[in-house]
Order: sequence, then C-alpha cells, then structure tokens
Amino acid sequence: MKKLSIEERLGFNKFNVDDDEAHITINKEICRTCTEKPCLYACPALLYNLNEAGEMTFDYAGCLECGTCRVVCQKQGAIQWNYPRGTFGVQFRYG
Amino acid sequence: MSEERFDCIIVGAGPAGSAAALTLARAGLEVLVIERGLQAGSKNMTGGRLYAHALQKIIPNFWEEAPVERRVVKETITMITPSGSVSLDYKSQRYNQEPYHSFTVLRAQFDQWLATKAEEAGAVIATGVRVDDLLRDDQGKIIGVIAGEDQMLANVVIAADGVNSLLAQKAGLRGELKDIHVATGVKEVIELPRQVIEDRFQLTGEEGAAQLFVGRCTQGIQGGGFLYTNKNTISIGLVITSGAIGKSKIKIADLIEEFKTHPNIAPLVTGGKVVEYSAHLVPEGGLNMLPALYTDGLLIAGDAAGLVLNTGYMVRGMDLAIYSGIAAAQTVIKAKEKEDYSKTSLSHYQELLKNSFVMKDLETYKNAPAFMEQTTRIFTTYPQLADNILYKLFTVYGTPAQHLLPMVMGELKKNNISIFDLVKDGIKGVRAL
Repeated sequence: MKKLSIEERLGFNKFNVDDDEAHITINKEICRTCTEKPCLYACPALLYNLNEAGEMTFDYAGCLECGTCRVVCQKQGAIQWNYPRGTFGVQFRYG
Repeated sequence: MSEERFDCIIVGAGPAGSAAALTLARAGLEVLVIERGLQAGSKNMTGGRLYAHALQKIIPNFWEEAPVERRVVKETITMITPSGSVSLDYKSQRYNQEPYHSFTVLRAQFDQWLATKAEEAGAVIATGVRVDDLLRDDQGKIIGVIAGEDQMLANVVIAADGVNSLLAQKAGLRGELKDIHVATGVKEVIELPRQVIEDRFQLTGEEGAAQLFVGRCTQGIQGGGFLYTNKNTISIGLVITSGAIGKSKIKIADLIEEFKTHPNIAPLVTGGKVVEYSAHLVPEGGLNMLPALYTDGLLIAGDAAGLVLNTGYMVRGMDLAIYSGIAAAQTVIKAKEKEDYSKTSLSHYQELLKNSFVMKDLETYKNAPAFMEQTTRIFTTYPQLADNILYKLFTVYGTPAQHLLPMVMGELKKNNISIFDLVKDGIKGVRAL
C-alpha cells in the first residue's frame, strides 16, 4: 500500500474549522528559545513546522485534538492549548 | 443563570460518561450530559477493542443491538524486524460463544449508540457544547459547570472529559500530564470488502482478529503497533510513548506509513482505501499516574482518571471507563440519598473502584509501565534475536547445520546479550506482567 502524505491523510477527515478562534496558539518568542522542538516530530498531523527563517509556524486547521503537543512541549507558556469551541474541529466518522 | 439544578452534570459522552448517565437516569436522577462534539463519539477514537464484561453489567447482551464490529476470536502478538516477523497466534472457539469476551469497535458509531441508550433512560444530552470551567460556590465547592455564557448547576459533576481532562486540572486533582505517562496513538481506518478481510485473516461470519506488534514498527522506541479487523474496515496504527517521540526525532506520522508498507503488513492492507486518519493520547502510566479521583462536588472517570491498562499483550481502557462510570453514578445515587455531596461522602467512589477489577488489575500491573520503560531490549534486540534464531532454524543452504543450543548461544553473543540478561529480563517480565 502506498505511503500517503500528511495532506492526503488529513484530507480524508471531516473538519469544521473555526475561522474566528484558534484553539491552540503558540508563542514564537518562547519557541525560538527551545532547542529540542519535540512538537515538530510528535504532532501526528505535522502542524508544527519551521519556516525558512527558522521560525516556528503552527496551523490549527487539521488538528486532531490529541493533546500530544501540550504534553511534549518543554517550554512553559509556549503553547496555549484548549479544545475547539463546541461543534468545531475534527469530526471522526469512524473513530 | 438557570435556576434548574441537575442531580448530576456529566462532561463528556464517551463510554465513562454515558455509562454513568445511563445508571443515574435509570435510578430516576436528573442528569445532563454535555459533549463538545457535534455528536457523541465524534471526538473519540480507539485502537479498536472493547472487553465486554463491564458493559454487560448494565446492558445485558448489548451486542445484539450495539454497533459492534466483530467479536475477537483470534489474538496475534508479533515481533517485527526490517526483514521479517515472529508471531504467536492464538485462536479459540471459546471466544465465539455467548457471553462474548471482546469486540472490535469504531467509536463514532458505538459512543453515539451508548449515549442514545442513556437518553432513552431519561438523561438529557447536550452536544456541540464545550465546557470551559467548573462553577464553584463561596466555599470553593464545585456546584456546576460554565460553558461560554452559560452556567449550569448540579449537585455533583462527573468529569469524563477524556485523557486531556482540563476539568480534573481545574479542580486541582491533577497537574500537567507527564510525557512519560502518556502515549500518542495514530490510526488509519482502511476500507476493504468484508469477504477480503475474512479471507486474509482466516475469519468467518462475525469473527474478528486482534494483533499487536513490537519492534521495527516503532523503530525500537517504547511502544507498539496494532491492527484490528472490523466489518468492512481494518484499524491499523501505532501507540508510542509521547516523550520518546520528540527525543527520537522520528515523526510518528511517518512511522505509520512505513509500518503499512512493511513486507509482512502490506499484504494485509493492500487494495484498501484509507477513509480516516486519527490520533489520540492514551494514559499509560497505570497506577502510578492516578490522580485523586474525587473532591467536593466532583468525580472523575475513564481516561480523565487515567484508567488504562497496557501490559504489552493486552490494552484495556473502555471496560475500565465503563465500570468507573457506573461506580461514579452509584456514588452519586448514594450521595443523593444522604443529601451529602462532600468529599467524604464521594469517597465511596474510591471504595467501589478499590473493591472492583479496576483497582485490583491496576495494582496487579502496577510495575508494567516501568518494566517496559526500563527493558528497552523488548523494543530493539529481542525481535531481531528471535528473527535470527528462527531464520537459522528454518534455513537450509547446504552449509553445515548447527545444533540448536550453540546456535542460540552464538546469536545471544552476537547481540551482546548474556544468559544472565535474558533470565533477568524474563524474571522481571514475569513479575511485572
């Protein structure tokens, strides 16, 4: 079975993205001081990335709401984590 | 603020929340279940298997109407290496008779069904609502929940809001989750024709298979793989200690794709169509990560309380969740009789769990998490060692054969394992598991 890109995989899911409110926000200043950056590897949706300037980027659309980032993050205050507002976010049809 | 006061507000319509709601509603109590998903189950995910006994207590013969997938009659544990695999395969017709032992399930359908059962018994289910905080009185006692602009009152709140339980944290029952106490699970649901699944896994009718993998699938990191057969789909995935992923610099999202293409896994999923990709945290710390389970006006149940057992050959969460939901409900019923919702009154919950399989089994396996964490050879050396030994055992190239004992000793030596290591790991394993 062929390997699928993360975009392809997230594309199979049903999301109701909350355009008005991000349920997870990051503090780029704090992220800059982090050397390990475990979120880059641990996020199952690969939503944490570094841009060309080496700055942390994060996109909450596509979040699977697992909570891994909040658990692996070693820098206090770098990630403000919450669930999306009611009805928003991923909607598992199989689970 | 609404003047209505519920006997109990339950946050989360997963198995723990719905089992609690059903039990309370049947006893005639006013129950409100608040679920943030558009439907019960739409935020939930499982590797795939429900042990039946706990649900059987409140809904006898539930499988006759519940949307279960298959009843598991076949267990396989596989050590997997880059070039091969060594499996222990067990199939028993004893699992094929009522009362059934365990079922594969998909949570979106299953949780919705269980929530409907609670609703039919009289519980009110409010979906699409995120609970933001706990409501407290002047003395700090929990008296309800806050959701956006709304405040809702209850004699007791049951937090069944899952592994990330923000409510247990807000209640002061637990601090931040530790990255060594939780594992990240990723899963793909792969659609295949029913007949193809039955042929590939040697199943007939309603029979199902459960498989666990250790070794190459996690590239030697603490964790493992799983595969469960459903009716028309296969659930396949990995569960890896969250802290280990970041340190390993390996992306769990990539590992699952590689796992699917392993020469021994690919034939099981080939031709299939991925229909969902999901992820979830699993509380895996066992007894050592259990928070306080109650305080004035609040109980926590299921994943929120960390009630999961992983022994390596068996992973259980939903049966513990369902039982804890029932026990929480029984505690609330008793508290209402006394009209006492204090911490002391709610400590009955702890008693019920202590006298049940929940705490007894967590106690039995309390050393399992530490054993897995310390015995890294399970995830690295042993799978390769088993592969090498069996390769030599089964291979004939006309080169001189070797007796079993010197061959095994040679392989141990090549892998830098002494007989002492082997015995030590074996004894530790037998004690912890």
